[in-house]
Amino acid sequence: MTAMIDAERLRKKYLRDGMLPTIFCNGCGHGAAFDYAFRAFEELGLDMDKVALASGIGCSSRIPGYINADGLHTAHGRALAFATGIKAANPDLTIVVFTGDGDCTGIGGNHFIHAARRNIDMTVILLNNFIYGMTGGQLAPTAPIGSISTTSPYGNIEQAFNICELAKALGAAYVARWPIFHPYQPIKSIKEGIQNKGFSLIELLSPCPTAYGRRNKLGEIDSLWKWYEDNTILIEDYEKAMDYGTEEEKEAVRGKFQVGVFQNVQKPGFFEEYDKLVQRIIAKEDERKGGAE
Amino acid sequence: MRYERDPARIRKVLGDKVQFVQGDMAAAYGGLLAGCSFFGGYPITPASEVAEGIARMLPRVKGTFIQMEDEIGSLAAVIGAAWGGAKAMTSTSGPGFSLMMENYGYAIMTETPCVIVNVQRTGPSTGQPTLGAQGDMMQVRWGTHGDVEAIALAPSTVQECLDLTIEAFNLSEKYRHPVCLMADGEIGHLREKLVIPDEDEMTLIERVPATIDKDKFLPFGNSQTRDNKVPDFPTFGTGYRTYVTGLTHNKKGFPATDKQRDHEELITRLVTKISDDREKLTNVERVELDDAETAFVTYGASARPTESAVATARKNGMKVGMLRLKTVWPFPRRTIEELSKKVNKIIVPEMNLGQIVHSVREYSCDGCEVTLAPKVGGEMHLPDELFGYLEARK
Ligand SMILES: Cc1ncc(C[n+]2csc(CCOP(=O)(O)OP(=O)(O)O)c2C)c(N)n1
Ligand code: SF4
Repeated sequence: MTAMIDAERLRKKYLRDGMLPTIFCNGCGHGAAFDYAFRAFEELGLDMDKVALASGIGCSSRIPGYINADGLHTAHGRALAFATGIKAANPDLTIVVFTGDGDCTGIGGNHFIHAARRNIDMTVILLNNFIYGMTGGQLAPTAPIGSISTTSPYGNIEQAFNICELAKALGAAYVARWPIFHPYQPIKSIKEGIQNKGFSLIELLSPCPTAYGRRNKLGEIDSLWKWYEDNTILIEDYEKAMDYGTEEEKEAVRGKFQVGVFQNVQKPGFFEEYDKLVQRIIAKEDERKGGAE
Repeated sequence: MRYERDPARIRKVLGDKVQFVQGDMAAAYGGLLAGCSFFGGYPITPASEVAEGIARMLPRVKGTFIQMEDEIGSLAAVIGAAWGGAKAMTSTSGPGFSLMMENYGYAIMTETPCVIVNVQRTGPSTGQPTLGAQGDMMQVRWGTHGDVEAIALAPSTVQECLDLTIEAFNLSEKYRHPVCLMADGEIGHLREKLVIPDEDEMTLIERVPATIDKDKFLPFGNSQTRDNKVPDFPTFGTGYRTYVTGLTHNKKGFPATDKQRDHEELITRLVTKISDDREKLTNVERVELDDAETAFVTYGASARPTESAVATARKNGMKVGMLRLKTVWPFPRRTIEELSKKVNKIIVPEMNLGQIVHSVREYSCDGCEVTLAPKVGGEMHLPDELFGYLEARK
């Protein structure tokens, strides 16, 4: 079976009936994200009745609408807090969150920090396009220095969030970043994230030609691709350059986005720990009082 | 591990049938009895004791307590838990309630059953953190953007903190709507006798789960199995694959943001599913009203000094009574209208500079004079003060 036919088959299986067409512009990277998620779901053999999706507000946060599973399209920035509640009520559900850089690290930064810190068992697919796409291209906390947006018309002077480094520092169980153009690593990471019993963050660098690319002269789809090729570097290559490179080689990689898997550790998620706590309390209580009759 | 309501365990955790406890704790007890299995909250005076009480009790009945990062996250988690199948609640006070307003609207729009206990203080802003007031009686009705109806109950005793929390859960399940228990700092921190109802002394209303054919099920229209405007609930994980959004949506739940008809139909149903039942939801206490010429209309802690003032007035031969609102929203329009036809004067004691008095005025007949008896600053009205109001309006 060719890859094309296979993609069609997966779309049939996983797309929600009646929701197409998507709201995405031509050349938007976000559309690829659900194809990758479909592939990951398929390879993991997930029962979609037992998958709950959540999202905030933004173009990227519209993705759960297109996927045939339970989905909570919540308030701007709050998806992870909502998702925490879903998982608490039914730990058997696999939780996948789709969010944007503005949604997750701008307005929702605090929920992101705490969901990661608590190590809630969920997989967060964050589509980073350096911009607030849905509202027409305002400054995002991920925008590289110098970025032109409608609210930084003279160029951005704020330092950008490094989302993966932040997640790593918070002790998230799984952290990866990939450009969205190559399917295999993102699919593999989504799978690994879902399999991981803790908090998983997969940051996908996804172009927004409409609200970011155009203004920042990244050009049309072909040259956009090239921009992402030129501005990303594998973690290993980055480290090699930094450890052994000449000053020029170091300078050449310094401003690039490192891509790869930053962290992959196995540790019990929040609700696994919570379960243990409850078992401990109940056992003690039943022992003391001779059961709950 | 999944929660299942276990009456024996709940009662073991609650302890003696008759206790001497704070209103906050009684609200926590009410949640436990109602079968609440998820609580997400953030500390704030004078509501912290609700969270502290439930933090101790919930794990012992296999429920989940999480102290969230803020009140926005608290209500978010509560709503998520409700979609995951739990009865869920949170508690807060003024500043936290202000932060909850967006998700409160989300719960209304997505028809999510849940309970918010608001142990009110005053404001604006941080105000008087440790002192009670009735600062959010209008915020609960109008604080979130858009067209909504609210269900809000106001306890005047510790016993009612328990009873009305159970009632709040029942109404939230019945109407698929977030229900607020609007206590105030006075009642929340008051200690008095509490009698814990036995299983057969309480009624619990449970969510109606979606049961009909998955292809025919409409998660956001009138019920397809009963004759009412409240759709059956497709709990996540039960195979209905529901899309839940705060955007204007059609009956299937799909966004319909640019369609006038869909919006009008949706919002009208969300409001009228409650307002149609206004009379059924009306819950008031009448004190000495039969022959009254002047009536106090009040709620919450203010009802306590008011009742004393009524007794003093009666001793002095004055024909004075009290109408106490236990359900403040939806507003008991007809009850107020009828009262205003019978009495000449209505006085509304409130621990604010006038909130519910506006609604009382709106629904009173022309010939009846409606005035406010405000008290702010973190103190309750004294019975003598209220008696003074009566004398001044003789
Ligand atoms: C509380 C609140 N503030 C602002 C908005 C407006 N708003 C909608 S989407 C959005 C930005 C989304 O950006 P991002 O998460 O990066 O997603 P993208 O559209 O770029 O995929 C904003 C500011 C809102 N819906 N709610
Ligand atoms: S505005 Fe940007 S992010 Fe939104 S759909 Fe268009 S290209 Fe994608």
